[in-house]
Amino acid sequence: MSLIYPPQSLQAHPLNASPEYKSTLKRAPSQPLILLPHTLSETTGPVFGHVGVAEGDSDLTRQHEGEPLGERIIVTGRVLDEDGRPVPHTLVEIWQANAAGRYVHVRDQHPAPLDPNFTGAGRAVTDADGRYRFVTVKPGAYPWRNHHNAWRPAHIHFSLFGASFLSRVITQMYFPGDPLFKYDPIFQSVTDEKARDRLVSRFDIDTTEPEWALGYQFDIVLRGRNATPLEEPHDH
Amino acid sequence: MTIETKAETTLGITPSQTIGPFFAYALTPRAYGGPELATEQVATDGIAGERIRVEGTVYDGDGLPVGDAMIEIWQADPQGRFHASGNAGFTGFGRAETTSEGRYFFETVRPGGLPGPGGARQAPHLTVSVFARGVLVRLATRIYFSDEAANDGDPVLALVPAGRRDTLIAQRGGDGVFRFDICLQGESETVFFEA
Ligand SMILES: [Fe+3]
Repeated sequence: MSLIYPPQSLQAHPLNASPEYKSTLKRAPSQPLILLPHTLSETTGPVFGHVGVAEGDSDLTRQHEGEPLGERIIVTGRVLDEDGRPVPHTLVEIWQANAAGRYVHVRDQHPAPLDPNFTGAGRAVTDADGRYRFVTVKPGAYPWRNHHNAWRPAHIHFSLFGASFLSRVITQMYFPGDPLFKYDPIFQSVTDEKARDRLVSRFDIDTTEPEWALGYQFDIVLRGRNATPLEEPHDH
Repeated sequence: MTIETKAETTLGITPSQTIGPFFAYALTPRAYGGPELATEQVATDGIAGERIRVEGTVYDGDGLPVGDAMIEIWQADPQGRFHASGNAGFTGFGRAETTSEGRYFFETVRPGGLPGPGGARQAPHLTVSVFARGVLVRLATRIYFSDEAANDGDPVLALVPAGRRDTLIAQRGGDGVFRFDICLQGESETVFFEA
């Protein structure tokens, strides 16, 4: 089995030059990108399997002595390729703010409390069906000074590898119905509405566990389509 | 050989979003005591080949250092083999965050040449991804080496306007270190690829 990577799929991505998101102004390349042929350097990539992922890395509520404050949630879903086939045994890394909207990162100066029982980093490896599952708390919205009264909608950062470096993606998962969506230039940098909707998780009552945690489903589609090599016609 | 795909089942991909400023405690968590998936040390013990160090600074369009970028590299081993194709012990994957001065480095082995499109040989190179606050989609570039004669015949460098090729070539200094600055924007803007 091998994959192909149609360049049209890239149209779902935002443009790096998205001026409403002010940090792009001096960081987006101004020269046109050069179309790169897909050589072995591009169609291969690191494979992690279970390397470096410890039991418990996917439960962000049990990384400290006590339980973190906030609304406990389950975030689960499948990692798929563009043909809808599962991407098994691939690494999923996540990070997020705590329930008050504060990151552990030393440079986060938002005057909201840190939670001694919450770091906000997790890892998981998808199973044979491409499924991953995290237990965490719902992150809070936080201010970020991009423009007057700028607040990020609640989100969880996701980093994935997939089959090769062409499928490598870092993205953010959002929560359904967030009133901040229309004011957020990072979310709105994805100009196609259908593509933007793919960044929003879905509340799911069947994933929700009684008396314990709300459940959200978030499927992630990575680049890559099935390439079926057809045999050359026999010439005998 | 022809390639056939089934168009009717295509799902749209999940769009990219910025890595943001606060990734370090998850992705490059050394300072936080977290487990590191990969680091600047790509050459592990027992890997044969010429040890090299590549270092540089990431700059924005004002020439200011980018102190919140993550750089990933991916490469073949000295024989031109990738991890998945049977070499032992060498992952070929490195990950670094820039310092507050925008600096990064990797310590690795010099990769071998590779087959390229149309039967051409690719000169030894590192595949590079740049992520940063203010960067919405992974920036893809390559690091070639100033002392490789094979650069002249490289099919990818040949796609780059001659006047910009230098931005893809790490220059070897008197100390043996390869220097490769990454300019996200501006006069000496690094060539980035649509991959
Ligand atoms: Fe964030």
